[in-house]
Amino acid sequence: MTAKLRAPGWYRAGLFTLTGIAFAYVLVGIVRSAMHFPHAWDDGDAVTIVSLVAAPLFFLVGLGCFDYWFYWVSGRPTRPEDHSSHGATSWKDYFRVNTDHKVIGIQYVCTSFFFLFVGGLVAMLMRAELAQPGMQFVNSEQFNGLFSVHAALLIFLFVIPVFAGLANFVLPLMIGAPDMAFPRLNALSFWMLPLAGLLMVGSFLAPGGSFATGWTAYAPLSTQMPIGQLFFTIGVQFAGASSIATALNFLVTIITMRAPGMSFFRMPLLVWANFSTSLLVVIATPFVAASQFFVLLDRALGFQFFDAFVGAGKDGSVLMYQHVFWFYSHPAVYIMMLPGFGIISEVLSVKARKPIFGYRMMAFSLIAIVVLGFTVWAHHMFVSGMQSWIRIPMMITTAIIAVPTGIKIFSWLATLWRGVLHLDTPMLFALGFLTTFTLGGISGVMLAMIPFDIHVSDTYFIVAHIHYVLFGGSLFTIFAGVYYWFPKMTGRMYDERLGKLHFWATFIFFNLTFAPMHVIGVQGMPRRVADYAQQFAGMNLAISIASFLLGLSMLVFLYNVVVSWRLGPRASANPWRALTLEWQVSSPPPIFNFDAVPTVVGGPYEYGIPGAVHGIFQSPAEAKPTPAGSVATSPTTE
Amino acid sequence: MVVIGAIASAIGIALALWINWFPADAAKQAHPVDTLYDVLMIVSIPIFVLVVTVILYSVWAFRMRPGQELEDGPPIHGNTRLEVFWTAIPAILLVSLCSYAYAVLNDIETKHANELVVKVHAIQFAWSFEYPQSGGRAVVSDQLYLPKDKPVRFDIDTRDVLHDFWVPAFRVKIDAVPGMTTRLRVTPTKLGTFPVVCAELCGLGHAVMRSTAHVLTPAAFTRWLAAKQAPPAAAGGGAGGTRQLSQQQLIALGRQTFTGDGGCGACHTLADAGTSGTTGPDLGRVLRGQSEDEIRTDIVDPNARITPGYAANIMPPNFEQTLSAQQLDGLVAYLATVSK
Repeated sequence: MTAKLRAPGWYRAGLFTLTGIAFAYVLVGIVRSAMHFPHAWDDGDAVTIVSLVAAPLFFLVGLGCFDYWFYWVSGRPTRPEDHSSHGATSWKDYFRVNTDHKVIGIQYVCTSFFFLFVGGLVAMLMRAELAQPGMQFVNSEQFNGLFSVHAALLIFLFVIPVFAGLANFVLPLMIGAPDMAFPRLNALSFWMLPLAGLLMVGSFLAPGGSFATGWTAYAPLSTQMPIGQLFFTIGVQFAGASSIATALNFLVTIITMRAPGMSFFRMPLLVWANFSTSLLVVIATPFVAASQFFVLLDRALGFQFFDAFVGAGKDGSVLMYQHVFWFYSHPAVYIMMLPGFGIISEVLSVKARKPIFGYRMMAFSLIAIVVLGFTVWAHHMFVSGMQSWIRIPMMITTAIIAVPTGIKIFSWLATLWRGVLHLDTPMLFALGFLTTFTLGGISGVMLAMIPFDIHVSDTYFIVAHIHYVLFGGSLFTIFAGVYYWFPKMTGRMYDERLGKLHFWATFIFFNLTFAPMHVIGVQGMPRRVADYAQQFAGMNLAISIASFLLGLSMLVFLYNVVVSWRLGPRASANPWRALTLEWQVSSPPPIFNFDAVPTVVGGPYEYGIPGAVHGIFQSPAEAKPTPAGSVATSPTTE
Repeated sequence: MVVIGAIASAIGIALALWINWFPADAAKQAHPVDTLYDVLMIVSIPIFVLVVTVILYSVWAFRMRPGQELEDGPPIHGNTRLEVFWTAIPAILLVSLCSYAYAVLNDIETKHANELVVKVHAIQFAWSFEYPQSGGRAVVSDQLYLPKDKPVRFDIDTRDVLHDFWVPAFRVKIDAVPGMTTRLRVTPTKLGTFPVVCAELCGLGHAVMRSTAHVLTPAAFTRWLAAKQAPPAAAGGGAGGTRQLSQQQLIALGRQTFTGDGGCGACHTLADAGTSGTTGPDLGRVLRGQSEDEIRTDIVDPNARITPGYAANIMPPNFEQTLSAQQLDGLVAYLATVSK
């Protein structure tokens, strides 16, 4: 038992978590006694807040995320990296700290899909309450908690990390690298994620209920809330730190670990997309961390950043919260969309059997979106009472950012033209994405127009718009990507018939659920309300019914992937006849990805040119020496 | 394909213009916004139809047929003229739309001489509307009354968190921001009653933070204002002067405060006042048998006693400041009477 408690793993993690809570209790007690505060040793609120920070950190230490670094810092001999932790031989290996990017990729994807289902169930509870006016199933406190947790989970625990997960698996393979640049950091990034999710879901158990101020957590409402609010405030810090570390990892991996011959303009567009996304994450995500630290300091220690009524000068600035928050949260919508653009480029090119139309423009438009993405944040604040002239430049940049997005849509359409379209499940989701995302993009341009935005701000029109870009946009690309790489990730084929059923059910009920929300929004139904005026009753009932059917369609997906993963027919190395490097190795890939370092000799999408290849494989003897530090590149050390 | 696209666009535009998207238009600001929306629809639908038509045509014409399993499409890598075309045209289109939207914005935010100023106070979870009177006490109402065809300027503030003042029929809204006074301009053009809602999440009672806007003829508005200015006894209530009120008047004032300035009914059910809020406890039930002192404490220090099943820090703690002493007395007298 002692040995188990000393070795990294779940037992030690449990012990350390308890230690973390004890540490929080003692720290708070000592500090409060020293300050002569009342209730020095029995202030539950303060102990909870410190525990929320300390317990997850202690858990990570216990699990073993920091072992190597602690050994190194303390001068003790570090265990040689023998790659014994690479690969997974049983399902239990997915519950350990593992530095293999393929294992981490699957850990990410499964964890995020778990939270997709939790978030989806929460959404259906909301729709049950909204089926009729008046209050039926939950009270308004619980309802505010439901929509807040729904949004927070699906943004921070699903869309952002699931893209990081898919890229974690696929990206090193695509660029011909044996792993990510920083495998241990990669493992740490992943393990912060379930903790963030547990904090957010766990907030339902907090006294006073879960956080209930929306995922935007606008101050000063969020600084006055019961303790549940801080589960979000601190959960976001973990999700954000995870996201930033992964983005750094991607940037370094892409810049330094491309196979010989892979110039930037020979990279697949998924790599370009994750390069752009990582730039956004590294620059923007610290801002959401800051905004939540402000809330934490206001709520826990009375800093009065956002309190305009109390304090010496009564000079807290409520608008500052919104500016800092949206300076992250607008780029965040591109963080949630650009990797999807990458997936669609891969799928469309392979499934249409044609090169991507206008490859360079596709890459440049991603970079244009990164730059423009930082110039539009205040369009979320047209009715916030901010200085009114700021609205005009923000309207123009917001409209202009539709130009690079339009370039991508038109280039994808041109890629389809005269191809040989394989209409299987990934392709159907890609084509479905093109239609729904175009609608979401158009409503986005409409929202840029200030007078119209003033009318529909904070209404169901906004709810419709974000679901057209995040569900019809991001989620459709995620489904396309999951089906597309399912054979590569699991070594099995999914059931094509069930896949198509899943697509049609999702596509139809998605539109039936979210299209009517445009109408009730323009008619004047505010969002984030548990109860609404009688005039919206019919539409809301129809939306609720459609949303339940949409939820049911997800069960088809769940059944398909679970059963196919266990029992599906074995997948060949390259079932889609794709040219990119990840399809040139076995399914699933070997533990160290490539037996021989690939050399890239052409573009990634040269379909239609007889005999064209993207990369060739040299024998191990001819392989070039690898950069220092990446020991794992040598395939012979196994 | 072009013909199909043109026909589909025409049908789409006709449908979009036929659907009655907007609520009633009751202000001068409504018409330009509605027209902007129609223009956006006319521009957007052909673009959407173009995308869908190309997809459907490709699926029909270029789908893989039996025997083509191993075939590839032609290696077309791009076409510079086409790419310049679909970069430039949307850019020009978007900049023109922005210019038009800017013109509409200037139109709906124009200042007018002789504006009627209405101060809008937001509080969790109720609205109150104050009409400053030169040389007299301001008139306060929990419902919004406006004269038709008179430009109005709303000066909006809040006593607690963010709210958002929105009359959908007027098409304009703006946040109520702690520490600031925000402004909104409207010229009502239609007689009738229209919903007022809060559009910014403000806490538990957000969904029920509603009121009603009444647009009256100028003559009717003047009469309403005069009646509100009259002493409370004559008007059957109101937050009038400082003279002593009879117990009967006090109770009447309390009832009026309950549904009006106090905004109590937004969160509390009370059968006698006809309110049905569910954010806080049903007062007819929980106040039964309570003394006047206990009721007063419950109002001015709501965290002192919390009804089981309800959370602390939900009810505003500042009613002692936001209500007049007489309104508070009235409220206590009224609640003590109805809960006996």
